[in-house]
Amino acid sequence: MAVWNDERLERIVAKLLRAGVLLSAAVVLLGGICHLAAHGAEPVAYRKFQPAEASYRSVSGITGAVARADCRAVIQLGLVLLIATPVARVAFSLVAFAFERDRTYVFVTLVVLAVLLYSLIFSH
Amino acid sequence: MTTLEFTLVVFLISAVAGFLGALTGLGGGVVVTPALTLLLGVDLRYAIGASLVSVIATSSGAAAAYVREGYSNIRIGMFLEVATTPGALIGAFLATRTPTSALAVIFGLMLLQAAWQSSRQDPDEAANAAPDILATRLKFDSSYPTSGGQRPYHVGRVKTGFGLMFGAGAISGLLGIGSGALKVIAMDQAMRIPFKVSTTTSNFMIGVTAAASAGVYLSRGYIEPGLTMPVMLGVLSGSILGARLLIVARTRVLRWVFGVVVGLMALEMIFSGIRGRI
Repeated sequence: MAVWNDERLERIVAKLLRAGVLLSAAVVLLGGICHLAAHGAEPVAYRKFQPAEASYRSVSGITGAVARADCRAVIQLGLVLLIATPVARVAFSLVAFAFERDRTYVFVTLVVLAVLLYSLIFSH
Repeated sequence: MTTLEFTLVVFLISAVAGFLGALTGLGGGVVVTPALTLLLGVDLRYAIGASLVSVIATSSGAAAAYVREGYSNIRIGMFLEVATTPGALIGAFLATRTPTSALAVIFGLMLLQAAWQSSRQDPDEAANAAPDILATRLKFDSSYPTSGGQRPYHVGRVKTGFGLMFGAGAISGLLGIGSGALKVIAMDQAMRIPFKVSTTTSNFMIGVTAAASAGVYLSRGYIEPGLTMPVMLGVLSGSILGARLLIVARTRVLRWVFGVVVGLMALEMIFSGIRGRI
């Protein structure tokens, strides 16, 4: 097995980030085309704030709406994938620092990961 | 405007914002939010939500280019994220309790600061920090590529930098921006990290910081799919182009140009906020 070092870690992290962004952009674009095809001619402004519908505000709500072929939920799914990309990056760094046996950075990375998961998993 | 026209206009504005944001390391969010609220009259909360999400795209999309060039420092980034992520959570909670007119004024002040900062500093040759015990223990010291080969650097004042990063995270969560300007101050000015390493490491950290407040924004309904779609795709396209150019661009000219544009937007945000129009 190849040696784990910072340089190799950085290269893999870069690929991981790019893949996550491209995947989420593709899903957002797909949902966007579908949404515009259905509602492109309707007026829109977003001048007055009304919180997005409940089904677009949690991961379970979004996946449920995607299953009902809701185009806006497909966009939202892409956005959740995007939000998950840096989280995956941190999780990957955790594993990599563990392979490098760098205890300080395993601890540092665990703290960051805990904060991110708290924000994403719980309803606020 | 119809949904289709609106989507195309938002996409174009966001592409320009992403381009400028990536070139300067300040992030696309600082331009896209005032552009959407001032030019199109979009509610500040929707703009903030769309901007925050697109900031993650900017950061992650451009990071690949930076990491390949060997500029960003993952260890410094990860350590400072311990400060930025809790800051971002607290900022996001505060955002839901602050009136939009007050947010607009804070946003404008932050923009003014970013504009002033970006047009003022001298690029790169800043004196290197003396070795710092904490920085050495945390394995921060590294090197970065220059025209004259790899140039080593030391990192100083770790505690000051850490404290500033908590504030940068809180501003990021409060205003839905990457707050790259403040992150660059903490690294470039306080910790004496070379400018290019500071901007790229800041860019790298922005996505993680923004992800920490994104969960709060999502459950509060700030992330509107119809608006966020063109913002995210536009900012991402612009930022990929900007990141390609960063490697060859002259930082001083960039900072000056960006400083003027952002300064004007800042004044308009403050004025609109005080008049209660936002």
